[in-house]
Amino acid sequence: MEALALQMQGITKEFPGVKALDNVTFSVRKGEIHALCGENGAGKSTLMKILSGVYPSGSYSGQILINGKEVSFKSIKESQVAGVSIIYQELALVEEMSVAENIFLSHDLMRRKVIDWNKINTEAQKWLHYIGLDIDPEAKVNQLTVGKQQLIEITKALTNNTDILILDEPTAALTESDVEILKGILMDLRSKGVTCIYISHKLGEVMALADSVTILRDGQTIGTYPIEEMNEDKIIAKMVGRELTELFPYEPRKIGETVLEVENYSVYDKKADHMIIKNASFNLKKGEILGFSGLMGAGRTELFISLFGGLEGKKQGRVVIDGIDVHIQKPADAIKAGLAYVSEDRKRYGLILGMDIAKNSTLVALNKIIKLKVIDSHLEMIRAEEITKKMKLKAPNLEAKVGQLSGGNQQKVVLSKWILNNPKILVLDEPTRGIDVGAKYEIYKIINELAEQGVGIVIVSSELPEVLGMSDRVLVMSEGEIMGEFSRAEATQEKIMACATGGKKR
Amino acid sequence: MSSEISTSTKLKQQNNAGRFKFDIQSYTLIIALVLIAIIFGSFTNGEFLSSRNLSNLFTQMSVMSVLAVGMTLVIVAGHIDLSVGSIVGLTGGIAAILQVWNGWSTVTVVIAGIIVGAIIGLWQGWWVAYRNVPAFIVTLGGMLIFRGVLIGLSKGQTIAPLSSSFGQIGNSFIPYVVGYILAIAAVVLLFLSKIRSRAKRQSLGLSLSPAAMDYGKISVYSICILFLTYMLNRYLGIPLPMLIVVVLAGFFLFVSLKTSFGRFTYAIGGNVEAAALSGINIKRTVLSVFIIMGALAGVAGVLLTSRLNAATVSAGTSYELDAIAACVIGGTSLMGGKGKIVGAIIGALIMTSIDNGMSMMNIEAFWQYIVKGLILIFAVWMDVANHKK
Repeated sequence: MEALALQMQGITKEFPGVKALDNVTFSVRKGEIHALCGENGAGKSTLMKILSGVYPSGSYSGQILINGKEVSFKSIKESQVAGVSIIYQELALVEEMSVAENIFLSHDLMRRKVIDWNKINTEAQKWLHYIGLDIDPEAKVNQLTVGKQQLIEITKALTNNTDILILDEPTAALTESDVEILKGILMDLRSKGVTCIYISHKLGEVMALADSVTILRDGQTIGTYPIEEMNEDKIIAKMVGRELTELFPYEPRKIGETVLEVENYSVYDKKADHMIIKNASFNLKKGEILGFSGLMGAGRTELFISLFGGLEGKKQGRVVIDGIDVHIQKPADAIKAGLAYVSEDRKRYGLILGMDIAKNSTLVALNKIIKLKVIDSHLEMIRAEEITKKMKLKAPNLEAKVGQLSGGNQQKVVLSKWILNNPKILVLDEPTRGIDVGAKYEIYKIINELAEQGVGIVIVSSELPEVLGMSDRVLVMSEGEIMGEFSRAEATQEKIMACATGGKKR
Repeated sequence: MSSEISTSTKLKQQNNAGRFKFDIQSYTLIIALVLIAIIFGSFTNGEFLSSRNLSNLFTQMSVMSVLAVGMTLVIVAGHIDLSVGSIVGLTGGIAAILQVWNGWSTVTVVIAGIIVGAIIGLWQGWWVAYRNVPAFIVTLGGMLIFRGVLIGLSKGQTIAPLSSSFGQIGNSFIPYVVGYILAIAAVVLLFLSKIRSRAKRQSLGLSLSPAAMDYGKISVYSICILFLTYMLNRYLGIPLPMLIVVVLAGFFLFVSLKTSFGRFTYAIGGNVEAAALSGINIKRTVLSVFIIMGALAGVAGVLLTSRLNAATVSAGTSYELDAIAACVIGGTSLMGGKGKIVGAIIGALIMTSIDNGMSMMNIEAFWQYIVKGLILIFAVWMDVANHKK
């Protein structure tokens, strides 16, 4: 048996109310590329944060052995000293600094009283050469492509004598040629004896790169397998292999005529050189619940924020609401056209946390409580009371600040705010993220009631059971494109997952 | 069933506890004012609280108060205006130039001063809202620009004297009878609006606070208003600048609480991204806030010029800092989204009281700066400490 670079045994990590990891076991052999797979929220990132010391020892239970020796990291610094480096999906480079400065930012060379810039630049050159990159060490990082920046991150990690390199979704933002370079580098590192842990949703890459794969599901280890024994379908089956245990109050409804029609809708990023959304076409009917599935970064949120007028950048295509062509430039236009958008990040985009419940809930429909330019405070309280009662909001009183409420109740305030304006189309982006089970169920019931009343509803969700349990129809997005459509009857977790992980368009 | 009952009683208790804590917080300022009155009153053998000095005090605080009203809106919207001191100087200067050099009538120069202020606000608001230059930079630039324009226009001279009608704006008093009528009218209005609001809340089935508490509060306010009027009438009457402040503060209090513009201003300062996605026109609201600030600075410029009966090139210097300090002492958060106009007025009163009281005690002027600075830090620290709990 080969030596093990890393053993994590019996790892259990709890957050208030949630068991993120439950007795997880994870072993990696020396010098291999080991893929870690699982759905969103399966616990991959939590496990890696434990390994890299982001969650210090003591905040979890279980044992970590590196090269056979037990370790307990109290900080990221300690894990780095032990040779563990992690590269996150979001890059952690200082954009205004040079490549060399970034590579050695946390290195001892920078800690001297007088920094020897010549040495830093020549050292950086050496490392760039070692990894096979032809980049000027004095170039500013923000002049490089995202792919090159990712490679700089890897270089930076290697200068810390890294034995175990963790890559969290490294290819999410890369172009294909950058992915090829990355693959080459990883193969090269393997031959140099560096152990790699590779987290990715792209199963094609996993199959091509990894030597073995460990699969997590709902915070538990499903198993570790040599790559030769696996194929994409097998991995998917093990990732999602779970019954729909949660309860979804689905009832068949009468579905009406089309309320929203989107044709060949494309969105460009701010610089207008890159398409974020490619030729999206779909429709939504009155009283229908339409699920939007896909992996993180598939472009679902961007599609709907853009439709709502909240995204800068060029867009093209046709949007028809109730048979009328609309040209939405800003959220006010969208609201006027009957759209409502409940954001995935309610604290950032949904609520004024320092304002009270009543004022938050009337913010969109303020016109309805204004008489002769003056806000009718009494009417405001009545409307707020009616709508929050309907949402089953639990709060001390309507003058309580929204920031003091629990996640579920905050979400109910956001829903109140939009529903008070009687939208025709309600887009819910991750409507139950970070919400406890009881409140989730109440929110599902509210969604069903609204659909019953004829509101067209879109649920964007990364939780497959939620999409399957709630939707009349499911669309799947991947890399900015709508890749598949499934009726409620045909949709299964396996089909959706296969479609979302870059399967063929169907 | 029984568990439901127990939760509802629990909620009610929390409700009461929440309200009680809130009250203590908002009365901190009143307590501070009372303390200041007691301390200065005893050190000056009551001279600080004499009719004559109260009249002086309220006249002195008028310029800072007008600025603090506008500054509250600006800060609540999440911005800052460092140029108001220079706008005060420039608008006052322009009013004086138009009258002394060009012979314009008092009414037209007052209007001109306010319009110039509003145009300046339009200019700054455009940079902030439509060109995304941080307000700190735009108004720091404005502070230099408008001072420069003032020096250029006035050729560095002091412009005086103004006509006697212009002088009356800042230096006259309301006749005793009119003062009493206004005070009584204010009291009656307070009671009427409370009665109406209670009746409406009742008819709509909304929760009511105890009648004794509601009317008790109103009674205390009324006694204060009547007593203050009495005290001021013992001297020369209610100073006109004070009345101007009361009217402006009342109007903008109404705007901030009862109009969509006011609501949007708070929402933008509280969370600009959420406000934008709620369909609020951020740019137009911010532009309006700066126009209001400019116009109010114009009013303050006219008041100051009138009180001094002259426009100087250095008039209004560092007034922006006094106005910001008044807002902050009054509970306005520099992070935006939180602040009250009444608080800012009380903040201005506290700042002016310290100046006034300390100079009456013949304490050297340098102490005034030190004490005001410490109070500013202390006020914000209290706010921060309160938030942590």
